[in-house]
Amino acid sequence: MWQALYEELKDHGFVVIAVALDSREGDPLPWIEAAAPSYPCLIDRDHRLADLYHMVNVPQAVWIDERGTIVRPTEPAGAYEGFRRMDRKTREMPADAARITAEARTTYLNAIRDWVRRGEASEHAFDAGRARARAPRPSEDAARAHVLFRLGQHLIRHGQPDEGDRWLAEASRLHPESWAIWRQRAGVTELGLAAQPDFWARVDGLGARRYYAPVDMKGMP
Amino acid sequence: MAILLTETTETVLPDTRAEGDRLWLFPAELEAATGWSSRPEGFCRGGLCVPVPPARERELMGGGRIDVAALWRHLGQPLAHSADGGAWVLGTAAADREAALRSLQAPDFSLPDRTGRRHSLSEHRGKKVLLVSWASW
Repeated sequence: MWQALYEELKDHGFVVIAVALDSREGDPLPWIEAAAPSYPCLIDRDHRLADLYHMVNVPQAVWIDERGTIVRPTEPAGAYEGFRRMDRKTREMPADAARITAEARTTYLNAIRDWVRRGEASEHAFDAGRARARAPRPSEDAARAHVLFRLGQHLIRHGQPDEGDRWLAEASRLHPESWAIWRQRAGVTELGLAAQPDFWARVDGLGARRYYAPVDMKGMP
Repeated sequence: MAILLTETTETVLPDTRAEGDRLWLFPAELEAATGWSSRPEGFCRGGLCVPVPPARERELMGGGRIDVAALWRHLGQPLAHSADGGAWVLGTAAADREAALRSLQAPDFSLPDRTGRRHSLSEHRGKKVLLVSWASW
């Protein structure tokens, strides 16, 4: 998805930087090879980007202009949670959920195109006041969770997997909003990839709350 | 021996001994790992100096060393260590993260690609950047 957009817009002063929040180095490699990206595709084993930008899930994105200024703070990147209505055996989505999901993606990609071509004149690039009002506000517990996540990953890589996993569990408890921490930990114990029962149980636990936060953009569901 | 991890550094401290929640560093080690240096006016990094009240001096300093854990708490920053005291992580407080994000200046970082080559955000100044997370999980 990002490769096509990058190829389309790269001659207009635009670049994609994709960052894999993947603690085990080998995990993202087959995906990177399949996507054959010509933009930087980076690997973030300690989820440093999530800490710096308060990212809690994937895909989330930040729009940064030519001066290094944030014009859209962290938000879901064209993702909509139609998957919550899929049949969990066949993994098929009802037609309207699939349609809304596809439309959300198209709307988001068109907004990027508009921003790249029109810069700050684009209605999708926030001015400073609006961008600041939407800046994430991490909690002290979330900040501590990232410290524990880093400690846990270090221990896992250096022969202390049991203690490492305990710190990851504590990180997830402190920062329950973060699917990135929870799912990374689930990966560590080989339990919780997307099709697994405990993933669905956690999604169901959201109730009326969103899996992907609403995006403040005209036309987004 | 202990290993001290900050956001951007990983420092092996061969002569350091952790004592419970304390980690004693020589001033040069402290500065190399964290950028903070011990000065007459307190602890300083960049243009910023944080004074240490006399009553707390003995808590933070002793025998020519500085307890980096006590210093980190004094600075209001989060930290954690492994049960055996062999690995320590110094983090950044939520208030500092929030202030950085509210400044709207995109925080810089440097991360490797699959070949190990490092890329930083600031290399792309002058372009519009879509900075996007993804994962295999």
